[in-house]
Amino acid sequence: MGKMNMVEAINLALKQEMEKDGDVIVLGEDVGVDGGVFRVTEGLLDAYGEERVIDTPLAESMIAGASVGMAIHGLKPVCEIQFSGFSYISFHQMEAHAARYRARTQGRFGIQMVLRCPYGGGVRALEHHSESREAYYAHTPGLKTVIPSGPRKARALLVSAIRDPDPVIFYEPKAAYRAFREEVPEDEETFPIGESEIVREGKDITFITYGAMLQRTLDAADTLQEEDGVEAEVIDLLTVSPMDDQKFTESVRKTGHVVIVHEAHRSFGPGAEMAARLVEKSFLYLEAPIRRVTGYDVVIPLYQREKDYIPDVKRILHGARETLEF
Amino acid sequence: MPKKEIDLAYKIEHLSILDEDGELDSDLEPDISDDLLVKMHRTMLLTRRFDERMLTLQRQGKMGTFAPIKGQEASQIGAAAVLKEKDWLAPSFREMAAEVWRGKSMENILLVYAGFNEGGLIPDESHTLPVCIPVATQVPHAAGLAYAIKFKKEENVVMVFHGDGATSEGDFHEGLNFAAVFQTPTVFVCQNNQWAISVPRSRQTHSKTLAQKALAYGMPGIQVDGNDILAVYSAAKDAVERARSGDGPTLIECITYRMSVHTTADDPSEYRDEEEVKEWEKRDPITRFQKYLKQKDLLSDEDIDNLEEEIKSDIKDVVQSWEEKMEDLGDPTDMFTYQYAELPPHLVAQKEEFEAMLSKKE
Repeated sequence: MGKMNMVEAINLALKQEMEKDGDVIVLGEDVGVDGGVFRVTEGLLDAYGEERVIDTPLAESMIAGASVGMAIHGLKPVCEIQFSGFSYISFHQMEAHAARYRARTQGRFGIQMVLRCPYGGGVRALEHHSESREAYYAHTPGLKTVIPSGPRKARALLVSAIRDPDPVIFYEPKAAYRAFREEVPEDEETFPIGESEIVREGKDITFITYGAMLQRTLDAADTLQEEDGVEAEVIDLLTVSPMDDQKFTESVRKTGHVVIVHEAHRSFGPGAEMAARLVEKSFLYLEAPIRRVTGYDVVIPLYQREKDYIPDVKRILHGARETLEF
Repeated sequence: MPKKEIDLAYKIEHLSILDEDGELDSDLEPDISDDLLVKMHRTMLLTRRFDERMLTLQRQGKMGTFAPIKGQEASQIGAAAVLKEKDWLAPSFREMAAEVWRGKSMENILLVYAGFNEGGLIPDESHTLPVCIPVATQVPHAAGLAYAIKFKKEENVVMVFHGDGATSEGDFHEGLNFAAVFQTPTVFVCQNNQWAISVPRSRQTHSKTLAQKALAYGMPGIQVDGNDILAVYSAAKDAVERARSGDGPTLIECITYRMSVHTTADDPSEYRDEEEVKEWEKRDPITRFQKYLKQKDLLSDEDIDNLEEEIKSDIKDVVQSWEEKMEDLGDPTDMFTYQYAELPPHLVAQKEEFEAMLSKKE
């Protein structure tokens, strides 16, 4: 298949799943004729027609709510919320129904649906277009929250999400949409939801991160190697919830030092959960306080100040060095 | 450039067939088989008595909060009676009469209100969705489900119930709009029972009717006397036929009255006049329907007495069987069972933690 960016890789996952399974349908605002504001759904309308690729009215609660109804009757909706900042209107349907229907009906109806939304900063957009509030979903029992970091994983995870019998929130780091290309195999590839991955091995410090923060964390790890002779291990979380704590708690037993990097606000963010798991499972191996390098607990500023809000290599390095020097 | 009236394709009508004195407009009388009429009456009476029994059980502390249906039997059964078994019904939280009509287990209804999740079980073949508590949020489900039906080229329809308060919610608007845009086979049945807890219908909307909201979505809307089961049936039949034949959704506003409390946690004397309740008692849907059935020689006073006895005994059996079922329930680890298709590791751990606590002696 050759090298693809994340937009093309997600598009490939959608195309292949729609080809394979006639019950998979795509719905959302501008997903049809326009191919999505980020072009993620480009070409799907021509290939699968307007019954399966639905340009909906502008109504996020309905997009999620109608998807719940479709899933009750056996369709597998993959709905797009144009920006995660608008997904809070859908949140009620996801929390009140998608997440609970299986339990409410004692197993009769599981809601097999995916709610895709671009999240995070990096595209010089307006207010409400840059947030990273995956914690809202991760805090909700019954949902799964997945955040890929690059093209290949995005494709594999989306295929898994579409096939998952439970509702999956699929947050796409828009900063990584076209940032780099990766080899994406033509043949079907899945990746288990609920599994993290060690993307760089090291013995001195552990970084736990996900989404658009992975690349800059890897850059920081390289710098640490070059400038400090420190071997950093980097773990890509991939699924925020249910959280795979096995790899990172084991890693920290080896390194004793840990830095959590995410774009989301710090307080009550995914990093807080990681820190709690580390304390519960690897407390005696910690040689320094757990360090969180995250977005601040402020409304994310407009794009001129966005780079000050979102962790960058400098902040990651600073956090790592303080931890190592503790 | 003249100013001219725009033809909206639909006008709003009010339909009444059997008035509160039992007077019938025979030109409008729907063609309903005797068997069906008798069954409708029986279910109205059964659900009225069951509702009363539930209230007693709640007052005795055997059951938790629930939303009584008293007064809305015609609005619910009249509409649901039009559906075929494979049609879908999406209730809100005050449609027990419609649910019982559809065959929902009364033991399970009691179980849910007595706080047991087990009562939520939807049997495999059932096309009746669970009770939906957040107001109006079931409306988009009905629209989406109906989209799936149309997509699969099936002939079933979806009937969704909601109240007058729901028409103020965004999900009501979004759901009707979606259904109209995609011409899905959906029938929206508004139980306009005049009160959303303490807020009267006049505070929900300045519209003259709720039915007219249909016009904004480009779908037909009709207002019916919701305590007149013949009018409800007739309007629902038209709407279901329209939906089934591919002509899209309809909104039916049933003018009815919540003769009881909002829920058992509510005291209506705080906000509404007892006189108003008395006025509505005169329009009781059951006594009115009984007059009609008597005129048709389908019911006698003796039949009613016998039926009351039979229903009393049926409800007694249901309550007994519910009480027995509750004895067998109570595996609290069940709370973990249906969270996901497969229990993820953190829940396996939490379940084990909980099981260990259970086995620990104080």
